[in-house]
Amino acid sequence: MPAAGRRRHDVIVVGAGHNGLVAACYLARAGLDVLVLEQNDYVGGAAVSRRLYRDFTYSNCSYVCSLLRPEIMRTLELPRFGLQIIPYEGGCTMMRDGGHLALYDNHDALRREIARHSQRDAEAYTRFSRDVLRQCKFIKPLLLHEPPDPTSFRPRDIRELLYLGQRLYRVGEQRMYDTIRFWTMSAADFLDEYFDTEIVKAHFAGSSIIGTALGPRSPGSAYVLLHHYMGDIDETVGAWGFARGGMGAVSGALAASLAASGGAVRTGAPVAQILVRNGRARGVALASGEELEASTVISNLDIKRTFLDAVAPEHLPEEFLTAVRRFKIRGSSGKLNIALDGLPTFPAIPAGSPCIRGDLHITDSIAMMERAYDDWKDGRWSAAPYVDMLIPSQIDPTMAPDGKHYMSVFVQYCPYRLAAGPWTDARRQEFGATVIDAIARQSPDFKSLILHAEIRTPWDIENEVGLTEGNIFQGELTMDQLLFNRPVPGYAQYRTPVRSLYLSGSCTHPGGGVMGAPGANAARRVLADLGRGALQ
Amino acid sequence: MRAEPLPLHHFRKPLLETPFDARTRALQQNDQFVAWAGYTTVDVFTSVEQEYFAIRNAVTLYDLTPMVKYRVSGPDAERYLNRLVTRDVRRLKVGRVSYVVWCNDSGHIIDDGTVFRFGAQDFRVCTAERQLDWFSDSALGFDVEIEEVTEAIAALAVQGPTSCCVLKRFGLSGIERLKPFELGEFVVRGRPLLASRTGFTGDLGYELWMRPADALTAWDELMAAGQSRGIRAIGSQALNLARIEAGFLLPNVDFVSAEHTVRVGRDRSPLELGLGWLVDFDKPHFNGRRALLAERQRGPRRQLVGLDVGGNKPAHHALLYADAGGRREVGSVTSAAWSPTCKRNIALAMVEAPCFAPGHAVWADIYLNRELVWERRMVRAQVVERPFFAPERRRLTPPADR
Repeated sequence: MPAAGRRRHDVIVVGAGHNGLVAACYLARAGLDVLVLEQNDYVGGAAVSRRLYRDFTYSNCSYVCSLLRPEIMRTLELPRFGLQIIPYEGGCTMMRDGGHLALYDNHDALRREIARHSQRDAEAYTRFSRDVLRQCKFIKPLLLHEPPDPTSFRPRDIRELLYLGQRLYRVGEQRMYDTIRFWTMSAADFLDEYFDTEIVKAHFAGSSIIGTALGPRSPGSAYVLLHHYMGDIDETVGAWGFARGGMGAVSGALAASLAASGGAVRTGAPVAQILVRNGRARGVALASGEELEASTVISNLDIKRTFLDAVAPEHLPEEFLTAVRRFKIRGSSGKLNIALDGLPTFPAIPAGSPCIRGDLHITDSIAMMERAYDDWKDGRWSAAPYVDMLIPSQIDPTMAPDGKHYMSVFVQYCPYRLAAGPWTDARRQEFGATVIDAIARQSPDFKSLILHAEIRTPWDIENEVGLTEGNIFQGELTMDQLLFNRPVPGYAQYRTPVRSLYLSGSCTHPGGGVMGAPGANAARRVLADLGRGALQ
Repeated sequence: MRAEPLPLHHFRKPLLETPFDARTRALQQNDQFVAWAGYTTVDVFTSVEQEYFAIRNAVTLYDLTPMVKYRVSGPDAERYLNRLVTRDVRRLKVGRVSYVVWCNDSGHIIDDGTVFRFGAQDFRVCTAERQLDWFSDSALGFDVEIEEVTEAIAALAVQGPTSCCVLKRFGLSGIERLKPFELGEFVVRGRPLLASRTGFTGDLGYELWMRPADALTAWDELMAAGQSRGIRAIGSQALNLARIEAGFLLPNVDFVSAEHTVRVGRDRSPLELGLGWLVDFDKPHFNGRRALLAERQRGPRRQLVGLDVGGNKPAHHALLYADAGGRREVGSVTSAAWSPTCKRNIALAMVEAPCFAPGHAVWADIYLNRELVWERRMVRAQVVERPFFAPERRRLTPPADR
């Protein structure tokens, strides 16, 4: 590893989250001297695998791999560097009355399962899938595209606007209406157009609230649902799955790919300031006082941390800073990582059903979900939370010792600021107990199997990972913050008001979900600005 | 809707067995099954060739149970169906069957099927795909009841030149008087049975509709009655050959339902599929009418046609070109077969305007696997009228015994 010393790097990336690493990989492959700085002693940001209890591996933050762009995995040779995505199948929502709705990969099994609740809903599912797929097909090509600036007359922007316009034109009048509706309506309204039964609606509404400070009845939540379905579009085998070895395998493979291209990572090196001179980024100052020089700085921190903490305000235009302050990045999710002495039983799930190896839920109506959101609005964690619960150790043998299990429980909703006062250890334990009690209502032996539980509130996620308010998407995925408005109007092209300072985190287009697309797009922008051609 | 919840075995055994399963499973020799609309069915019993020739020469049994069936009844049933489908249901007499298609508002086909009329307010609709979602939405404002009855009815196709003779022996006295697309109600040794002179082979043939409990007895009695007339169980592959000769369309093969298309431009209208004769612009408003009128005025941009292809290698999935050099693509083949009866290499193909006029020549890009070595041929093909095979016996009433 080259000594960091007084050398001037071509590029410094602040933050070794997966997007920062993706950007670094592309730039190193283009022949640039790249250094990635990470505050923690490990890389990955929110894509990490950690051993906090004996031989158990936790995917502490993100927990499934569905959106990571295959183009990125391929170009950066991530499989060669150890990344293996293994599919999981199905899922299940358990009902308070002891019933359940399972999802199966097999088309006929799925139809008959939904038909247990409503024959019509079973058939409407075909229409639902078709419409979601239609929208995803429309959006997919925009993912690895820089969003155009609609106010600019530069040839590139006009070209990109034409591309967007052409796509809209080609999909035809009817689908254009559908697209606009889809991007603006609530998940509850959207699902009402397909399904009659509460349980079916509740199951599919789940992905509309994960990670967002919206309820299923909030306008805009239908898009969040779509965002989570984006993983289905590639029609390749294994699109939805676990990263073998936990989500840290994604970051690990990226770091290895980076090293192979000559890039370097320094962990335990928190950046205190991004140094600016004459309107141009010239390097960073570490918390230790050490200064590192670079011609280009890429901040993989979210836009608030970048411009409210790391860059001094005198370098920034006022209206831009105001827009940054207004950027919605609200903490709404918590996470429990649990080591289990054995596989818990869920009486609602029929014995032998493979759905236990998928995503499990305990919220059986939209109303229940919306009430969980009401608690968040009042500054409390949800008394009856929505959970997205998976037991990856059933499929991935590397996660837990034989016969033991690792359970990942994503919890919606949990506020960053409690009405009752600051987060304390006692309140964190109380939040954890609420979630564990809720799960235990569907699993009598669950509590007795718990060996260790890591409880993470939005406050913890902010402090450990660095995401403002612990928002997993680095900013809400609402229409006012998407496409050419992401993160803020006028700066959707990975550039910032400071020359040679770029953003690469998921606060930029196309947003979060361990997609890697923001990192790749940022790298493309940097290479273009440096006159070094296209992404390799 | 369903009276009691379905049992939970579906995640272990997703496919259902038809009421004829015990017999079909025992007769098949190749373990060639195929999933069809949620059921396990036999694709090939013994050999496609033998089964095919039984259709054209003798008599065959084909388990039709997976065909999706709905009962449509109530005071508004006729009005409802007349808005749903493109043909005029008011002109469908009691005791008759009609081949129909139904479209969405843009005039694109959702599915095709048959409508049976049992009474002034009582119909059955047989469909390829499940339609409860579309049918229920369309029923808003009509006093009509729609019930899926697929599992409540066992269905068996009896097709071939000796089918009428065998059915008479089986006990359907008077079946010879049934005209094409006519229904008859029978009682065979105390068991009620409905017969329609319909089918998917383009040949003389009938379809029998019965209670599932009577299925195995009926199968055994038919086999016994047809023994000296060359009766044989057939699978879907042999039927597919016959239906291509008859020029019939298969959903998801020759077109994709507008309920399933994801990509733009993949929907098909009845005019494009050469089913303009099913669209009655003189009847009151029906779904897709305005779009189809506009399309009729400007003329369809593409059309499904029959092709007579040179050589004897079926043009499966072949791309079609306007020129032998393969420079201008004009369409592709959706179904292809060497017709054993016509001794012609036939195909159904979707081609762009103006290539669809009969007599027009196109070039098919055919790939041949010859002992694992792939060869490519550009073969001349001519647009021809469908059907490729239409024997007189299919219409004759009363039919001959052989």
